Amino acid sequence: MNGVHDMGGMHGMGPVEIERNEPVFHAEWERRVFALRLACAFHRRWNIDMNRHAIEQMPPADYLAASYYERVLFGFTRLLVEHGLVGAGELATGKADGKASVAGVLSPDGIDTLLRTRIRARRDEDVPPKFGVGEPVVARNIHPTGHTRLPRYVRGKQGVICRDHGVFVFPDSSAMTRDPSPQHLYTVRFAARELWGADASTRDGVYLNLWDGYLDAA
Amino acid sequence: MSEHHEHLSQHDRPLSGPALRVKALESLLVDKGLVDPHTLDELIDTFEKRVGPRNGARVVARAWVDPAYKARLLTDSRAAIAEFGFFGYGEDMVVVENTPTIRNVVVCTLCSCYPWAVLGLPPVWYKSAPYRARAVIDPRGVLKELGDPVPEDVEVRVWDSTAELRYLVLPERPAGTEGCSEAELAELVTRDAMIGVARVKAPEKRAR
Repeated sequence: MNGVHDMGGMHGMGPVEIERNEPVFHAEWERRVFALRLACAFHRRWNIDMNRHAIEQMPPADYLAASYYERVLFGFTRLLVEHGLVGAGELATGKADGKASVAGVLSPDGIDTLLRTRIRARRDEDVPPKFGVGEPVVARNIHPTGHTRLPRYVRGKQGVICRDHGVFVFPDSSAMTRDPSPQHLYTVRFAARELWGADASTRDGVYLNLWDGYLDAA
Repeated sequence: MSEHHEHLSQHDRPLSGPALRVKALESLLVDKGLVDPHTLDELIDTFEKRVGPRNGARVVARAWVDPAYKARLLTDSRAAIAEFGFFGYGEDMVVVENTPTIRNVVVCTLCSCYPWAVLGLPPVWYKSAPYRARAVIDPRGVLKELGDPVPEDVEVRVWDSTAELRYLVLPERPAGTEGCSEAELAELVTRDAMIGVARVKAPEKRAR
């Protein structure tokens, strides 16, 4: 979707401000919501693409005004209800109507494994690549209304395949229908001038990871 | 925004603030049997004390002192980092090397992708609009503002993390560190250098 989360190349956002000796969390509620979401990932009711798409549903003015953990809270709450772990009524009242039907909960001993296996994007399927390293490609000028990892700033632009990473889950279908649609994932280099015009440096480039489904031969 | 609206939203804040909502959500999820409060404490402790940029710094220092390790790190980053056995490490990784003629900068314009196992959780600025918006269109401007301007004849490579591949910058080893041990070198490596927005500085000369 052409949402405000797709920020690459926007102007007017202000300076980058690095906080000296920044703590990992800035408030107790940030710690708790971070841990709650990870602990619930254990139930495998949604995947990382659905998780990102849930955050993208935040109304644009709210998204821009929110802190990172406010966005996390928004997406997480939405997923809990959408995937039936919590009822909308329970969320409104704060009172549980009964136990959720889940096989178990994440224990402290399971944290290492959860973190190792939480994202399962690489696939074993033997899918042929559409492009070879060195080949020129064009990022498709598409505007899916659902989830996509093809930023607006590269659509319609020409780049070159730099590396083939093998077969990965395709996020667009994974987020919307859970269909992994396994396909090759590449690193594609776009010259800064191709993306940003004559004011950009002739030397510089932007590298993106893009799937077969985003690319056409140039 | 009208005064009336501002008044309302301020009045409303104590009841709808995230702190209270998260507190209510936590007790609901505990009551539903979806989370174990003890595990939540352990998860927080993991990311506050156990997992963080010191892990990445060890990888960088190893690459600086061991050319064979560096070669493995640049060709099969995931496997080379796995040699350290870091807690919770499962990411597919790509390590990109800074040289006198190449500067690498990592961003995630669409959300906040970041190599947790080697750098911990990302800082606020990495997840914020200014960095996500500007890193791809004006990396030189961002680096200059952050106090590290890039000379005209150096190539800037920006890596926008759009997939489940996490990026780590292998910074240049600073001059004057020839006598440092691997552990001493690791102490010099900063989070910002491994994201690519700063360089690693040589240690101040110690009085002997």
